[in-house]
Amino acid sequence: MSIVPTEITADVVAARLRGEKADISGKVFRYLLLSCLGLVLATLIALLWNVGSVGIPYLSERGVGDFLSRYTSQRAEIAGVYQALMGTIQMGVIIIVVAFPLGVATALYLEEYASDNLFTRAIEVVIRNLAGVPAIVYGLLGAALFARGGLEPLTGRESLLSAGLTLSILVLPIVVITSAEAIRAVPKSLREGGFGAGATRWEVIRTLVLPNALPGILTGTILGLARGLGEAAPLLLIGAKRYFGGGELGDLRGDFTSLPHIISVWTKLPSAQGWPDNTAAAIVVTLVVILGINAVGIVLRNKFEKTR
Amino acid sequence: MSSSVPPLSTEAHPMTDRTDLDKAAPTPEPSATPAATADGATVFDVDDLSVYYGDFRAVRDVKLDIKEHEVTAFIGPSGCGKTTVLRCFNRMNDLIEIARVEGDLRYHGVDLYDPKVNPVEVRRRIGMVFQKPNPFPKSIYDNVAYGPRTAGIAKKGAALDEIVERSLRQAALWDEVKDRLKASGLGLSGGQQQRLCIARALATNPEVILMDEPCSALDPIATGRIEDLMEEIKAQYTIVIVTHNMQQAARVSDRCAFFTTEVNETSDTRTGLLVEFDATETMFSNPSDERTESYVTGRFG
Repeated sequence: MSIVPTEITADVVAARLRGEKADISGKVFRYLLLSCLGLVLATLIALLWNVGSVGIPYLSERGVGDFLSRYTSQRAEIAGVYQALMGTIQMGVIIIVVAFPLGVATALYLEEYASDNLFTRAIEVVIRNLAGVPAIVYGLLGAALFARGGLEPLTGRESLLSAGLTLSILVLPIVVITSAEAIRAVPKSLREGGFGAGATRWEVIRTLVLPNALPGILTGTILGLARGLGEAAPLLLIGAKRYFGGGELGDLRGDFTSLPHIISVWTKLPSAQGWPDNTAAAIVVTLVVILGINAVGIVLRNKFEKTR
Repeated sequence: MSSSVPPLSTEAHPMTDRTDLDKAAPTPEPSATPAATADGATVFDVDDLSVYYGDFRAVRDVKLDIKEHEVTAFIGPSGCGKTTVLRCFNRMNDLIEIARVEGDLRYHGVDLYDPKVNPVEVRRRIGMVFQKPNPFPKSIYDNVAYGPRTAGIAKKGAALDEIVERSLRQAALWDEVKDRLKASGLGLSGGQQQRLCIARALATNPEVILMDEPCSALDPIATGRIEDLMEEIKAQYTIVIVTHNMQQAARVSDRCAFFTTEVNETSDTRTGLLVEFDATETMFSNPSDERTESYVTGRFG
């Protein structure tokens, strides 16, 4: 910045306005951010390529249907992910049935009903911390509570139901936090309008708060669902099986595995027998399932955003 | 009850009468007995009202009464508690956890803060229009139908259609939106949105409409529309309006309350208080308190 006074003429103004007054730090920062984005994308693409280049040819060679309909096996060439896929899908359903209503209800209570005191704030802090607890710890809890605890008659010990309930608890804090944030983001003026028009608290929640928070709640639930279904560690503690018969759709109290679990099992098997190909194919299937769940979430969110 | 509403042209006469009466009194406090004034019944009777937020006393010494089929305006500088007092009238302050009301606030003789009083029922009888237009993200129809539906007045069908049309007509919005009732209320202009909010408030057929600076976000044309609207609907409703715009208060109100703030001695906080309450004409031409005079003449605030 020059402090020498200059006469204001068109030339001077033009020179100032058009001049290469380089915002160096701004540009550096911009390219820094861009390179970070590039790094993230490169990692992602490398991973996808690494898995896809092995998994996709294997899948097309064996046939997608064959791979998806075969049971677990000791032999790589006939091992399939049917039970794992069924396990993952059913666990997803259990998570939605258990964690979604519980989580949304908890968030509603915390945001709309509970008074803002030390106790409520303590609960919120605890929930936030729970979201960061390692998955294996939830596995221990699930093993103690569902698989070996007093709930055996209900869950049938080391069963799909135990696994689904464990994952539900794991996902619960994420659902609560994101739902609470979505509920908090509903404008105060909207609530006031509802109360001003003579609506009760529940009516305001049902007709104004929930419909407006729903897209955010859905996003959170989907993120949580994807996180929960991607976990393998807790399932090890609940007793996921390597090789077993059964695992049919609807067999909630029977043996189980899931896609991440079968991946972790297959990774440890000898590569000379062709297991890496199976592993890569299973990862591709897992990615498609997670992408599918996210796509459903996005479609639902857009639908609710339009109707509100 | 509509007999108490003076026709527009003769508006000045009952006012001057009242002015004389009030001047005779030593203080500008309104008379507690409705019989003392020539016009309508008392809807709200407020005596020695204070509002606290936690330990902080936000407003004190509010003593006024609201007469039916009149427009009563609350004026005063920012932070003087006009809105806080207004929000006592339909118990909107209940939504603020730390707010506490002390003193006497009677609606047709019933203590509004009696624990037995149901605030939801209060808000159905005493509607509210907010500072910023806040239509629901629903269709125009559903916005207006919201109150009647939740109150169980009409759930659907011809009865509800009728209420929606009546409310929109009263809010002078019907002709502009009758062909697109299913369109979103958010697609309207600011002034239309505010009239939609007025229609929404009218739909539960309330007795009183509380307006919290309803024109502060609107341009002069939209403001003029809403002022005309108030003039029209006051035959059927009682209106209390908070406004920052002194010309607006002078134009629309029959009576006017002036609030101001005073710095508390013990702390650095400010508490609002009612300075003067009188007929609007008196307030603007011959106020008894010099703080009122300096405010209405623009010397402070």
